[in-house]
Amino acid sequence: MVNVLINVPKTAKRGDVVEIKALILHPMETGFRPGTNGRIIPRNIVERFSATWNGTEIFRMTMTPAIAANPFVSFFAVANESGTIGFRWSGDEGFLAEESVTITVA
Amino acid sequence: MTPRLERRAFLAAAAVVTVLPWTSARATPASMAAAIKEVTGDASVREGRVILDLPPLIENGNTVPLTVSVESPMTVTDHIKAIHVFNEKNPQPHVFDATLGPRNGKAVIGTRIKLGDSQKIIAIAETSTGEFWSASADVIVTLAACIEDLT
Repeated sequence: MVNVLINVPKTAKRGDVVEIKALILHPMETGFRPGTNGRIIPRNIVERFSATWNGTEIFRMTMTPAIAANPFVSFFAVANESGTIGFRWSGDEGFLAEESVTITVA
Repeated sequence: MTPRLERRAFLAAAAVVTVLPWTSARATPASMAAAIKEVTGDASVREGRVILDLPPLIENGNTVPLTVSVESPMTVTDHIKAIHVFNEKNPQPHVFDATLGPRNGKAVIGTRIKLGDSQKIIAIAETSTGEFWSASADVIVTLAACIEDLT
């Protein structure tokens, strides 16, 4: 849980469009780089990112090796109800990370 | 005479060997066009409505901030369904595909990408009505991604 940074306002007015930022520590190894032994370092990336608001998916992104290390994503969402915003990252070598934050909508 | 020729032949072969992996493993304008075609199908892609924001001069291709904003009311009947970003000269033409909906309120997404060379980036937005809008940007990269660890 320490390797994830989420930035979401704690409170919002109903109907507000809030910005959601999410960053996860991950090398995003492209699979195109030779290592010190001359062999290609195998690909290891986060391939899928998705966000849910009280269980309903609001955003999804498919990543490729062209996404920088420690992938950062920012997007917007309409604050329509208080609840939990969930984040999920999955990728190569069985990588899976989940995180959630709460938001109060007045 | 012969040793010279051998040396020349060796140099030529060495050049081929070192150049080939790069040329064969890179996206090209043609492969980018093919990747775009896969997304858009036969629909026409019009320029406009999309703003692709990234620095024109990039000192470090390993992390390049990129923002795509699309003009859209983001209502249930008229919203942006997806945003795709493509490049010309990284090893692969795709950068990312994002899926959006009316819950987003604003069709604006930001991320950080890697760029292997000076090249053209294209963002394509798909509306819920099946239209495709695009924007492109030419960038100059002074330090390409994937170079620093080549030892």
